[in-house]
Amino acid sequence: MRKIYLSFESKIKKIEEEISSLAGKSKITPEDEKKILILKNNLQAELKKVYSNLSPFQRVEIARHPQRPKTIDFIQAIFSDFVELHGDRLFGDDPAVIGGLATLEKLKVMVIGHLKGKDTRENIERNFGMPHPEGYRKAQRLMKLAARFNLPLITFLDTPGAYPGVGAEERGQAWAIAECLALMSDLPVPTISIGIGEGGSGGALAFSLTDRLYLLENAYYSVITPEGCAVILWKEKSKAPLAAEALKLTSYDLLELGLIDGIISEPPGGAHRFPEPVYEKTKEVLLSSLNELLKLDRETLITKRQEKWRQMGVFTEGD
Amino acid sequence: MKEEKKGFSVPDGLFIRCGVCKTILFRKEFEKNFKVCPHCGFHYRLSVKERIDLLLDNNSFQEKFTELRTADPLSFRCLKNYSELVEKSEQKTGLREAVVTGEGKLGGISLALAFFDFGFIGGSMGSVVGEKITRLFELAEASKKPILMVIASGGARMQEGMFSLFQMAKTVTALKKYQRRNLPYVALFTNPTTGGVTASFASLADIILAEPQALIGFAGPKVIEQTTGSRLPKGFQTAEFLMKHGFVDLVVPRSEQRDTLIKLFDYLIGG
Repeated sequence: MRKIYLSFESKIKKIEEEISSLAGKSKITPEDEKKILILKNNLQAELKKVYSNLSPFQRVEIARHPQRPKTIDFIQAIFSDFVELHGDRLFGDDPAVIGGLATLEKLKVMVIGHLKGKDTRENIERNFGMPHPEGYRKAQRLMKLAARFNLPLITFLDTPGAYPGVGAEERGQAWAIAECLALMSDLPVPTISIGIGEGGSGGALAFSLTDRLYLLENAYYSVITPEGCAVILWKEKSKAPLAAEALKLTSYDLLELGLIDGIISEPPGGAHRFPEPVYEKTKEVLLSSLNELLKLDRETLITKRQEKWRQMGVFTEGD
Repeated sequence: MKEEKKGFSVPDGLFIRCGVCKTILFRKEFEKNFKVCPHCGFHYRLSVKERIDLLLDNNSFQEKFTELRTADPLSFRCLKNYSELVEKSEQKTGLREAVVTGEGKLGGISLALAFFDFGFIGGSMGSVVGEKITRLFELAEASKKPILMVIASGGARMQEGMFSLFQMAKTVTALKKYQRRNLPYVALFTNPTTGGVTASFASLADIILAEPQALIGFAGPKVIEQTTGSRLPKGFQTAEFLMKHGFVDLVVPRSEQRDTLIKLFDYLIGG
């Protein structure tokens, strides 16, 4: 597959293309090998340089990178024996949400996530990962199954937002999201969510009222898209980078503000270049969190979750 | 006036013109009619005080949680800084936040109450609004009171970033605990009720009433038009449309709201 480069990756692109043109030669001389080695070193240095100085909006661009691993990739890499379950039993099956039973090492769990496509055709099919109400209602069904059959719930967040469309409104988008929240607030099993790409407002929140919430280093989570915020508060879409900064939507900002429980680091170059170490770290985080959460009895688990969400917010008290 | 056209506010003067049907009205007559145009029935925006006067028993309302003050956790910078915006909204509305919470009586029934004011940063929910709603659920749970909320909100407040979004989770968690008590919670959706407030504690009410023609939804109509690239059907996202699609129990004009609410609470408490 052809690599897609972001606007701030021009130097990286140049080096990577030089490497592949040398490595692709029919006859590689020792001198070529030497050159490749030097270029690879340069590439590492450049990746480190670029990826350790990312602006908030550049992270948003990485989070949206078409080649970034999707929920389905995480499911395939981390779990075994995934059995997908379809449909909300009310209206239909939303392809923007994937869910089903899976095994994590030896632990049986329920997995739910937003699902974007890998290319344009797939994205159109999956509505770019923007769920309709039936997606949230399918998720509710699976959450209830998880509760009844004592399966920990793991969710993956990767959506630009809940779909703003006529059908979505007619079928009660707001109600579908609110009911997910209500269900998750006292679900009697351990719950963990991982933000892997885009955390688009209420559409992402619907799957993240959990015991633990982690974000991949270059994932973002925001009350509104930077573009939407720029249009409203700056009156022009081009101010999105300013909005991204003001909204404090990166994993680092959110951890500092106490809004998430941890960051899953990505190698310099991002999860789209090096997905394997990211899958591995995600799996470790899931296992260690589940290990902690499974020690708690149901009541303590729910109480702790409710206390965690109860203290969200910053204000002062006085007269 | 642009605002008048939208039907959100009414200019001063002896006579006024309805921004919707353009009929000239006597200001006094209009006010006596709870700011509903007697000609076309459009429900104009009410202040919290006017809502209280319209719905509650005389002098029964006692405000609670007034000690909560808005902070600026992100030091949000844009064309207008957040703290200035809050200050301006305070001056404009005479309120300290977008929701007023407290206790009061309706037909002799003691209720826990919340009234939103759209004039305060679009009735948006930041940390203080979320905290007030949460405390109200907790107060009502402890004192075994039914709840009435009058909603008018554009959703989560951008200027507090993820703190605002997480108020949705916080309020729903408190609501879920409250609902274990089998106490009724009734919401009245007014123009507009959209975004994160609709997608959290508001739409989880046991009974949802709405004012005629009120805009109700998750996404705003502009966003939907931009995303889908198509014009929206007439009457889309109105209270009547929502009732037709099964998301609102009853559309109730202002003149009947008090009586309807008394009846509802009477049924739910007495059953």
